[in-house]
This record gives sequence, structure tokens and C-alpha cells, in this order.
Amino acid sequence: MTATYAAVPGVVETREALAETTLVVDPARIVEACTALRDAHGFNFLSDIAAADYLGWGEDGVAGYVGTADGRDLNLPSTTGLARLPEPKPKRFSVSYHLLRVSDDPARVRAQVWLDDGESVPSVIGVWPAADWFEREAWDLMGIRFDGHPNLARILMDDDWEGHPLRKDYPLGGEPVRFSDED
Amino acid sequence: MPSSRIYAGSRIPTRVPTILDVDPEKHNLEDILTVNFGPNHPSTHGVLRLIVDLDGELVAGIRAVLGYLHTGFEKNMEAKSWWKSITYAPRIDYLSFQANELEYVLAIEKLLGIEVPRRATWARMALAELNRIHSHLVWLGTSALEVGAISMFWYAFDDRDQVLDLFELAGGTRLHTRYTQVGGLAEDVPPGFTAEARKLCESMPRSVDEYEAILDRQAIWLERTKGIGLLSAEDALALGQSGPVLRGSGVDWDLRKNMPYLFYDQVDFDVPVYFNGDVYDRYKVHMDEMRESVRIVRQCLDRIDETEGEPWIADDRKVVLPPRHELHTSMESLIHHFKIVTEGYRVPEGEVYVVIESPRGEAGCYLVSDGGARPWRVKFRAPSFAALQATATAVQGSLVADMVAVAASLDFVMGDADR
Repeated sequence: MTATYAAVPGVVETREALAETTLVVDPARIVEACTALRDAHGFNFLSDIAAADYLGWGEDGVAGYVGTADGRDLNLPSTTGLARLPEPKPKRFSVSYHLLRVSDDPARVRAQVWLDDGESVPSVIGVWPAADWFEREAWDLMGIRFDGHPNLARILMDDDWEGHPLRKDYPLGGEPVRFSDED
Repeated sequence: MPSSRIYAGSRIPTRVPTILDVDPEKHNLEDILTVNFGPNHPSTHGVLRLIVDLDGELVAGIRAVLGYLHTGFEKNMEAKSWWKSITYAPRIDYLSFQANELEYVLAIEKLLGIEVPRRATWARMALAELNRIHSHLVWLGTSALEVGAISMFWYAFDDRDQVLDLFELAGGTRLHTRYTQVGGLAEDVPPGFTAEARKLCESMPRSVDEYEAILDRQAIWLERTKGIGLLSAEDALALGQSGPVLRGSGVDWDLRKNMPYLFYDQVDFDVPVYFNGDVYDRYKVHMDEMRESVRIVRQCLDRIDETEGEPWIADDRKVVLPPRHELHTSMESLIHHFKIVTEGYRVPEGEVYVVIESPRGEAGCYLVSDGGARPWRVKFRAPSFAALQATATAVQGSLVADMVAVAASLDFVMGDADR
């Protein structure tokens, strides 16, 4: 199975986990890779584009006895934290393209690129028109910039919204309430 | 380079695939009247806003604006334990709550590698198919209402109520049942459920026949649905359409058949496919699917009866709540209960993408876990979000009055699209 994707251009790593195939692709060559996956491998259906933010990944640390110099900190239950540290991620953001082959021989594959804050990835809107809103959503909520997208505007948040709400450094709640008396 | 036509004959707009710009060669730009439609309008199935450029009664340009129902489900779920975050999933698509709950729970179970008892799987399938009937009935009622067939709305909602009665019987609530738990079900299928559900299976095909008798001999309905809202098979695939829209465009594709999950490979049913890609064919797919769902429900009910007395949830005390009666006598059960409710269980590190065939089609859940007690990232692939991408392609060239019928035929739920 893995060998079949060896000829896809730009693939830097192939992973098999939980019965799913992940192709890690060089961001600069994502359009090339996606075109090859569509034309040579028949992935004619873009199911989803999912961005994830890994800021603070694994920083919870390993669970255990939580002590300070003055003794045990009662506000930190000894069981918070992880059973073991997760595998470190290469960069802050991942963008996963979930592809589907709609044919008699159906298959799914995940093409994944890794980006740091401020880095952009070429748009795949020319490969699958369905990428239009998926990329706008990733830009709106996660702040991933897609080069060459003809209309990379916010889609779910207001046009004048500041920040990208699904980033890990964006607080949950506490956003200013509009039209309140305070300002 | 981007969004150039990817094959000949496509109707997908070229500059941006989801925005239809007024073509100055076909329309006199001075005649164009730009109308704002929605977001608050009875026929928008929620809060969809369409900005329409009209040339007389012809739709010359169209652009969908969404986000009015964005509630940040995905962000909120990251802050809750796995156990609590299940509550959010059904509320995203409020018409196919069982499907959303199921897809999220299946994703957690895939990360956990937990085995689900067969009785629970049969019950999940029965509920998922009942939910499909429920969702299609609401679609039918509201879509017919929008082109003036008001009586359909009352008939469809009457039958819908019977489906909700079954959900109430099973899970205690009519909507957002949260009956699906990681590992199985929240409670065993209650006594009398299968008998009540069989009554519905008796009446439902008759009802569908009646609906078709009302609509298929109705000249207005036929005039307003046939040959409008065209979407070719290639365009539908390129725009990420799924479910009844894709099958109405002639693509024989159903995840239940093509990539079976649960026990769909063990039940007997057909996948309806129609080839004209218009509103009428999408309606036919919905009607046939209700009949097929009844067939599947019947088979599931037989299996539920056969597995009477078998466990309905996995026996894994680190993940599954202990039985209620043990809490009064067993210290360990009390501790497990306390730990699962307060702190939650941990889910092994990994990423999964689980997709099921919801009433609206390809409903996916991308889930990342860091091995902790809360999801690291939850992303739903909302079929309604993808469906709305086809508005510009399907509506182009139609009359403004048909725009409502075409948009409705794409079968979207704004809660699902905006999340």
C-alpha cells in the first residue's frame, strides 16, 4: 500500500497509523502532489481540509506527584498531565487534506503539510474547486494563508474580526461584547 | 492559474468556484439589480444570506454568505473532557443529531481501540436510519413549503413526530438524545422499543407513497422542480457534493455500500440513483432513501430482538461508566464513576478521520488526541458546508423564484454549515 504512493512528487514521509495513510508533503510542492494524487491515483473527491494548531503540544507534562519546595500544591491534583509525552511535532501547524477516491475501488488518504506561523501553502483550488471554502475556513479560524486563492476572505467570522479563534493562543470566551455600554 | 476550468463542459464559475459573477457579455450591467436575500428569511433553512444580482427575474450573479450561526463548537469541545464533548456533536447538525453523535463517538472509539458489543451496533444503526427518515421528512416538508405546497409540511411533520417519539422512548429526549456513548449505548434498548418502531416501519412506506401521490401528480410541483438546479456528476464531485445531491446527479456512491462501517455490509438495501441532476431527482432520491431506511430499520430491529439480554456497552471500566446499581455497594465502581465524570478518561495519542453517510452525505470527523483527557483538535467535515459551495453552479441561469427551490434541494442545515 505504502509503495503505491512512492511516486507522488513532494512526499517526504509516509505513515500508516490506525488503518489510515498519511503522506507528509513538502508545502511548496502540495499542488504537484495533489494533482498527481487526483490524476494518477484517482482521488477525485476532496473530502476536507483540516488545520490543527500544535502550540503547547505536550507541555502538560507527565502526570505524577506534583510537589513544590513548600510541599504539595493542593491546587494541582497529582493526576493532571499526560500518561506519557506525545511525539513532538515538526512545526506549529498541520494542514490535512483528506482525499477520497469515488470509484469501484474506494480509498482514503491524508496529505499533510507542516507550517510555522507566517508560512503559507499554495492553494489547491485549481485541483479541486471544493477547496475554496475549506481553505477560507482554515484561514479564518486558524490563520493559514493559502497562496493563489482568488478570494481568501473570512467565511465564518465577521469580516473585521481580529485574530483566528481556533488557534491555541486565542482565549476561549472573554472576547469583547459589541455595543456594550463600556466603550 | 487557480480555479481554471478543470474539464470541458463544467458549469462551475471560473474566477472563484463558489461565486457567480455577472457576465457582461450576457447581461447589460446597467440592468442589474443587486438584492440581499436573508439571512433572516423563512426559506433559508436557518440563517443563510445570498447576495443575488438580478437581471429582470433572472439570476445573473450569486454569492452565499455564511457564518451567522457560527457558535464555535470545535473550540468549545477542546476545552471539555472527551466524555462531556460528546454532548456538543449532535447539536451541530440539529436535524441529523444521531449521525453527528455517532461519527464523533466512532472517532473516539477508533483512537481508543475499544470493541463495541453487537447489540449496541445494531441499535446505533436503527437509530441512525430513523434519523435519516426524520431528516428527510423535515427536508421534504420545508422544501415543498417553499414552493407553495403547504400541506406537505403538516403531513411530513406529523410523521416526523412519530420518529421523535421513538427517540424519546429510547433515550429520554426527542432531540440531541446523547444516547450513543463511547463503548456502546447509554442505556439498554428499552422494552417495547422494537414493537413501537415496527409500527412506524408499517406506516412509513405508506406515508411515502402518499407523499409521492400528492407531489408527483401536482403540475406546479413538477414545473418547479424538473430541469432546474442542474448539477452534472463531474461538477458535483469537483464541488465536494455528497449524499442525495450526488446520487441525484447520477453518481452511484453511498458510504454504507461502498465503504461499509458498522454492520451495513450485513443488511440488505439498495442505493437509489437518479441521473438528471435537477431538483426533482434530488427529491426522488430522498423519497427512495426513506423507503430503504425503513428496510434497514426492520432488519436492525430483528437483530436487536435476537440479541436481547446481551451487553449493550463495552466492559471497560476505565472508559465506560459502571452500572448504576453498583455505585451503592462497590467502592471501586464509585471511584471509577467519580474519575470518569470529573477528570475524564484518556484517549491514546493519534489522529483519525472517521466518515459516515449522514442524511446529508459525507459527514467526517477529524480528531487529534495528545493522550490527554480532552480532545486536542476536533474538526467536522460538514456536508452542509460543502453543499452550499454548489449554490453558484446550481442556481446560475435560473429564475429568482426557483432559486429558493434550488437552494433547498441542496439539503443544508445552517447549524452544520457554520458550526
